[in-house]
Amino acid sequence: MSTALSTIEEFVNTEYKYGFVSDIESDTFPPGLNEDVVRAISAKKQEPEFLCEWRLRAYRHWLTMTEPKWPKAYYPPIDYQGISYYAAPKPKAQLASLDEVDPELRRTFEKLGISLDEQKRLAGVAVDAVMDSVSVATTFQKDLEKHGVIFCSFSEAVRKHPELVEKYLGSVVPLTDNYFAALNSAVFSDGSFCYVPKGVRCPMELSTYFRINAKNTGQFERTLIIAEEGAYVSYLEGCTAPMRDENQLHAAVVELVALDNAEIKYSTVQNWYPGDAHGRGGIYNFVTKRGVCKGRRSKISWTQVETGSAITWKYPSCILLGEDSVGEFYSVALTNHYQQADTGTKMIHVGKNTRSTIVSKGISAGHGQNSYRGLVAIRKSATGARNFSQCDSLLIGQQCGAHTFPYIEVKNTSAQIEHEATTSKIGEDQIFYCNQRGISKQDAVNMIVNGFCKEVFKELPMEFAVEAQKLLGVSLEGSVG
Amino acid sequence: MNTTSILDIKNLHAGVAGKAILKGISLTIGPGEVHAVMGPNGSGKSTLAAVLAGREGYDITAGEARYLGQDLLELDPEERARAGLFLAFQYPVEIPGVNSTYFLKSALNEQRKHRGLPELDAIEFLKLVKEKIKLLDLNEDLLKRAVNVGFSGGEKKRNEIFQMAVLDPTLAVLDETDSGLDIDALRVVSEGVNKLKAPGKAQLVITHYQRLLNHIVPDYVHVLMEGRIVRSGGKELALELEERGYDWISRELQLAA
Ligand SMILES: Nc1ncnc2c1ncn2[C@@H]1O[C@H](COP(=O)(O)OP(=O)(O)O)[C@@H](O)[C@H]1O
Ligand SMILES: [Mg+2]
Repeated sequence: MSTALSTIEEFVNTEYKYGFVSDIESDTFPPGLNEDVVRAISAKKQEPEFLCEWRLRAYRHWLTMTEPKWPKAYYPPIDYQGISYYAAPKPKAQLASLDEVDPELRRTFEKLGISLDEQKRLAGVAVDAVMDSVSVATTFQKDLEKHGVIFCSFSEAVRKHPELVEKYLGSVVPLTDNYFAALNSAVFSDGSFCYVPKGVRCPMELSTYFRINAKNTGQFERTLIIAEEGAYVSYLEGCTAPMRDENQLHAAVVELVALDNAEIKYSTVQNWYPGDAHGRGGIYNFVTKRGVCKGRRSKISWTQVETGSAITWKYPSCILLGEDSVGEFYSVALTNHYQQADTGTKMIHVGKNTRSTIVSKGISAGHGQNSYRGLVAIRKSATGARNFSQCDSLLIGQQCGAHTFPYIEVKNTSAQIEHEATTSKIGEDQIFYCNQRGISKQDAVNMIVNGFCKEVFKELPMEFAVEAQKLLGVSLEGSVG
Repeated sequence: MNTTSILDIKNLHAGVAGKAILKGISLTIGPGEVHAVMGPNGSGKSTLAAVLAGREGYDITAGEARYLGQDLLELDPEERARAGLFLAFQYPVEIPGVNSTYFLKSALNEQRKHRGLPELDAIEFLKLVKEKIKLLDLNEDLLKRAVNVGFSGGEKKRNEIFQMAVLDPTLAVLDETDSGLDIDALRVVSEGVNKLKAPGKAQLVITHYQRLLNHIVPDYVHVLMEGRIVRSGGKELALELEERGYDWISRELQLAA
C-alpha cells in the first residue's frame, strides 16, 4: 500500500532527540555486586548502621530470588555482575545558587529543555534535579521549609531525618517484595524524599528530573513520599536519557504513604532512551511503584505518560486500607519500533467503601508491543468497594500489537466492578479526511493520538500536560512530507 | 486551455491496482458554475471525487487536471484543501476523541495560515460557527462531540455541508450528499449549498438521482458511465434521465457502437 499507511508506520522514525552523553567525570565503582559493594555504597553515603543492615538483608534476600519471567517482554539475560552500582558526579562544595552548578550539567539540562533557570521562573515549581543518582541542585527549599514540607534528595533525608526514613522505608514495598525491588533496596544510590506535615497543602508542584548519564551504570532510584493527616502534595517525575548501545537496567522503587484525609498525586512523564529503530539499545525500565492509602478518605492518584524505554514493566499500585479511600491510575503508554511495554496497575481494596478508577491508553506503532496488565482485588473486608476500569488500545500500522490482561479477584460480593475495553486503529480514511480539510498527516496523527489520550492528559498538572503532549508529538514525528 | 476556469480536466485516466476506473474524463468548470455529474452505481463518480481530492491509492495513468491554473495532481491532499478545494464525503469519517469544533477550527486556521490570513481565535471562530450553523439547521450540541461520532446519517451529511460553509471553498465537490437524506433534510442541505454559490466559486455535484437537482439547479449536467462522460447538456438532461433512466443512454451507446 502506498503512502498514508506507510506514513503512519514511518511516523515513528524520529531519532531520539535527547541522545547525547554528557562529559561530567564520574566517580564510578567497577562493575560487580557482592556484600562489600553494598557496604561500600552505604559507606560512600555515610549512612547510619540501620540502613547498611537493611541493604544487606535486601541483598541476601535478592540472592535467593529469580528474575520474573511472566511479563510479556523478551530480552537477553541481564548480567548483574556487569553493572556498576555507583556513579556520582564529582563532589562539589554545597551550592548557594544555581550559578554554581557545573556549566556542563547546566547545558545538559538546557538541551533537555528543562533548564533550571526556566524551571525557577516557572510559577512555583521546585526542582530537585537528579543526575547519575545523586542530587546536584535543589531549589525552592526555603519556601517549602516555611510550610514544614521536607523535599530533598534521599541521601539528605537519611542524614537529616533518619527517623522518618527508618519508619517508612520499605513499609509499602518490603525489601522482599520482588526481584527488582530487592535489588534496588540493596544498592539504591539516591532519589527523592518528601514529607508533608499534618494539614499542610504543599504550596507548589514538586518536580524531579531523573537522568541516566554515566555509561554502564544501573539506575536505582528510591523515592519516598509521606502525606500526613489532611496533607496534599502533587509530585511530578520526568525522565530523559542519553543514547547508547548497551541496554541499561533501571529498577526504581517509589513508595507513597497517605494518612487520614491526605492526598498524593504522582505524575510521571517517562522518556528513557527507547533503543534505535532496529531495537538495539534502550533502557530496561523495571519499576516498583506502590502507594498505601493508610488513612480514612485518603487518596492516591497515579498518572503516567510512558513513551520511552526498550522495555517497561511498571504497575503503579494502590493498597486501599483506609475506609472510603480512593485509588486512581491514569496511563498513556506508547510503544514504537521494537519497544515493549507491560504496564498497568493493582488496586487492592481492603477497607470499606474504597473506590478505584483505572484508565489505561495504550498506543502501539511500528513493531511495538503494548500490554495492559491490571489486578483489581476486593478483599473480604472491603464491603461496598467499587472499581471502574477502562482499557483502550490504539494501533498505528500493521506490525504492532496490543494486549490486555485484566485480573479480577473478588472476595466480597457487595463489590461493584466495571470493565470496559476497546481497540481501534488510526485508519487511512481518517488521515485522508483530515488532509482533505487542510490538516497535514503529522498533525492528523497527533490530533487523533492526543484525542485518544485526552482523559489521561487532563489529570496531569497544566505545564506537565503540555510537556506530555509535546513528548508524544516528538515520539510520533515521522518523515512526513 | 481556458485560463479563467476553476477546474480543467483533460482525458483523465485513473485506476486502482491495475484496474482502470476512469477512462478519459474531460471536464471544464468555470467560475460561478454548478456542474452535476450523474451516473449509475459503480460508474466511477466517487473515484473522480477521490482523485480530485488527492486520495492515495489511485494510479493516474494518463491525462491532466488543472485547478486555478496549477497542476492539481502534483499537490498533496492537504495542499489542495488549503488551495480551496473541498470534498463533501459520500461516507463522512468518524474520528473518535477529536472534538468537532477543535477539528474544524484547526482546519480553518491551517487554511488561513497558508493563505496568509490571520488565524481566528476561539471567539471569532465561535461567531463564524454560530452564523453558519443556522444555514444547515444543525444542532449546535453536535459540535461538542467527536468528529462524526454518534451522528445520524443525515447529521453526518449536513455536517459536511456545514464544514463547507465554514471553510468557504473555491471548488466544492459534493459526493452523493443527497443519499441518506429525507426530503426535508434534502431541502435544508440544498438551500445551504445554494447560499454558498458565489461568482468566483464553483460546485461539482455528484449524484445518482435527479431529485437533488430539483433543489440544486445545475448549469451543466454530465452523465458518467463506465468511467466516461457519455453525455453533457443543460439541466434538462437530468430530467430526461429521470424519466427514461440510465438504460436509455446505454442502449443508445450500444446502437452507436
Ligand atoms: N479502492 C478500490 N479498489 C478496487 N476497486 C475499486 C476501488 N474504488 C472503486 N473501485 C471500483 O471502481 C468502480 C467505480 O467505483 P466508484 O467510483 O465508487 O463508483 P460510484 O461512486 O459511481 O458508485 C466500481 O466498480 C468499484 O468497485
Ligand atoms: Mg460513490
